[in-house]
Amino acid sequence: MTLAISGKDIARQLEERFPGSVVESRQDCVVVNAGSLQAVAAFVKDTPELKCDYLNYVTAVDYFQYFEVVYQCTSIKHNHSLVIRVRCHDRDNPVIPSVVGLWQGADFQEREIYDLVGIRFEGHPNMKRIFLWEGFDGYPLRKDYL
Amino acid sequence: MEVDRPGNYIYPDIELDRAEGQVIEELKSSSQQVIPDPAEWLDEELNKNILLTTVDAVINWGRRSSLWTAICFPACCAFEFIAANGPRFDLSRFGMEILRASPRQADLMITAGTLTWKMAPNVRRIYNQMAEPKWVIAMGACAISGGIFRSSYSVVPGYNRIIPVDVYVPGCPPRPEALIHGVRMLQRKIAMRTNISLERLKK
Amino acid sequence: MAIETREFTLKTEPFMLNFGPVHPSTHGVYRMRTTLDGEVVLDIEPVFGYLHRGIEKLAEQRTFTGFIPLTDRLDYISSMSNNMAYCMAVEKLAGITVPERAEHIRVILAELQRIANHLIANGSFLNDCGAYFTPFLYMFREREKILDLFEMVSGQRLTYNFMRIGGVSQDFPEEFMPALRIFLNQMPRFIDEYDRLLKENEILLARSRGVGILTQKAAVNCSISGPVLRSTGYQWDLRRADPYSIYDRFEFDIPVGIQGDCYDRFRVRMEEMRQSLRIIEQAVKDLPQGAVRAEVPHLVRPPVGEAYSHIESPKGELGFYLVSDGSIAPYRCHVRPTSLINLTALREMVRGWKVADLILIFGSIDICLGEVDR
Repeated sequence: MTLAISGKDIARQLEERFPGSVVESRQDCVVVNAGSLQAVAAFVKDTPELKCDYLNYVTAVDYFQYFEVVYQCTSIKHNHSLVIRVRCHDRDNPVIPSVVGLWQGADFQEREIYDLVGIRFEGHPNMKRIFLWEGFDGYPLRKDYL
Repeated sequence: MEVDRPGNYIYPDIELDRAEGQVIEELKSSSQQVIPDPAEWLDEELNKNILLTTVDAVINWGRRSSLWTAICFPACCAFEFIAANGPRFDLSRFGMEILRASPRQADLMITAGTLTWKMAPNVRRIYNQMAEPKWVIAMGACAISGGIFRSSYSVVPGYNRIIPVDVYVPGCPPRPEALIHGVRMLQRKIAMRTNISLERLKK
Repeated sequence: MAIETREFTLKTEPFMLNFGPVHPSTHGVYRMRTTLDGEVVLDIEPVFGYLHRGIEKLAEQRTFTGFIPLTDRLDYISSMSNNMAYCMAVEKLAGITVPERAEHIRVILAELQRIANHLIANGSFLNDCGAYFTPFLYMFREREKILDLFEMVSGQRLTYNFMRIGGVSQDFPEEFMPALRIFLNQMPRFIDEYDRLLKENEILLARSRGVGILTQKAAVNCSISGPVLRSTGYQWDLRRADPYSIYDRFEFDIPVGIQGDCYDRFRVRMEEMRQSLRIIEQAVKDLPQGAVRAEVPHLVRPPVGEAYSHIESPKGELGFYLVSDGSIAPYRCHVRPTSLINLTALREMVRGWKVADLILIFGSIDICLGEVDR
């Protein structure tokens, strides 16, 4: 049975290593701030006890005051999983660092988020629209589209 | 693990994407009206003589008994079409076993699947490449009117915005038997065609 | 790039070839812009979106139950699995328990769906190999038997819309169990027939052994799942690693490959069909009586929150991430697209191979465009 790591335990470890990175910690997930996302992701992937080398999915949700990008990663060796979230409060030009260098599976999924929600991922080698055509006006999955 | 940039392309991919996007936007703005269905077969021809009607009948029999299909299989209805070609519901007993890739050798296009605006210029191009006489069967609810996806931002509400349609086969997806019924209706429509008319011969 | 041939060198230049959205070998409207040097593939750029129907946006305009027909059209070859994944996500969000008989029915239908899907996957793979239509039609003959069973249960051949939140929509009719018993008795013989024809076939071995090798490290890094991941050697199957529904009660093996080439993926899918038959036998033996659906109101209103639940669909890990704000429609519904993520590794797998191998490698990943583009 895949064990879901508690957000509070992870938050404690992250606060020791990277002070100031954790914004909020709940039972099922941990919210980090965008600037420390790459450091946290590298820590989660490379530490031998966590070793979360398999990224399940990346998705984005539009709550009206902010965008939230959700990552879930699993460790095949230890069979546990962890959910990390990042919030972005800027609606006109949202930018979040990309994790493609760590987990290549995020490649198409980050392009999809850019295409449908409008969040740019910094460091992605090929940031362009994937499902809709160039010249499509707007970002359909935002709550204020149509 | 390092991800190498795909910028080693020898072509400028962003330029190609922008050009295609412009084609799509132009097609979208010019397809706001439904193209009327071809309805010449409804006209009554009063001056036919026996020689020409027999020649017509032979030509129509040849055309309708060996319809060759062009490939246009976006979505789920494609599997019902493949099943119709399969061993159980055999379409080749109606002469339709040929499923060549080339639209230039085809005279029937069965549109099996939802049409999106991004795909629409390609479908129009394939339709233009088919030689006359050509027919179109719109298969499935998505092909007739957009189906279950009609209110979506990227779905064309029916193939008849882009190409003229002869026969509509409803269903989601239509059973292979329904598709065969649609093909037979098309064959009856073809049988009523007038290929040779006296006015054109006299000219 | 120069090739030395005896006295003179031949200067070649790479060029771009467009495998357009309408192509006889690509499984649906999938487009690749390939950079070729003669016949050798240097790079590919996949272009998606020709079937993007906006299902995630439509989810916000439908009720939770009204979204189930749309989930059918995601991976339209294996609709029962999509229904099951979505219903499980809503049940996790709303805290609904599914009755025992409904769980058994779901497992039987999901495993039958797995067999039907692998029949098409292997049939199309052999189509791409050059066995033009013969194994494909043989496998379609078996698939028609499974579709008959599904039609008895739900009335539909392709997009069933059968599972509901809290169970399934109706019980099996009386003619289903005898027909299923006949199918279970006949099917092992057919799989043996395929093995006899294809397992040691020289042409298949020559075309697919050692072609398109995917390493274990690359597979995990690219988030590959399903038979493609298992062909590289990892025994990672969600029915064993993170058991959902009642899979922890059944005994079955997980076939794994050795090298991660196209032949391994073909063999993994063949063996998975046998294991699915084993699971169905066990589920039919223990089928209890009872209700087939929990007491759930027509307009389900889950409490505010999020849930992600995933299943081992025939193509890989299919998951639904649902966010609810207490109303009758989902606030956000995201589909974890198995086929799109499995295509992440395509670029590394095809570099250096020829055009014919490109089509073969692409076919062995077994994607469905409805899921890629949603």
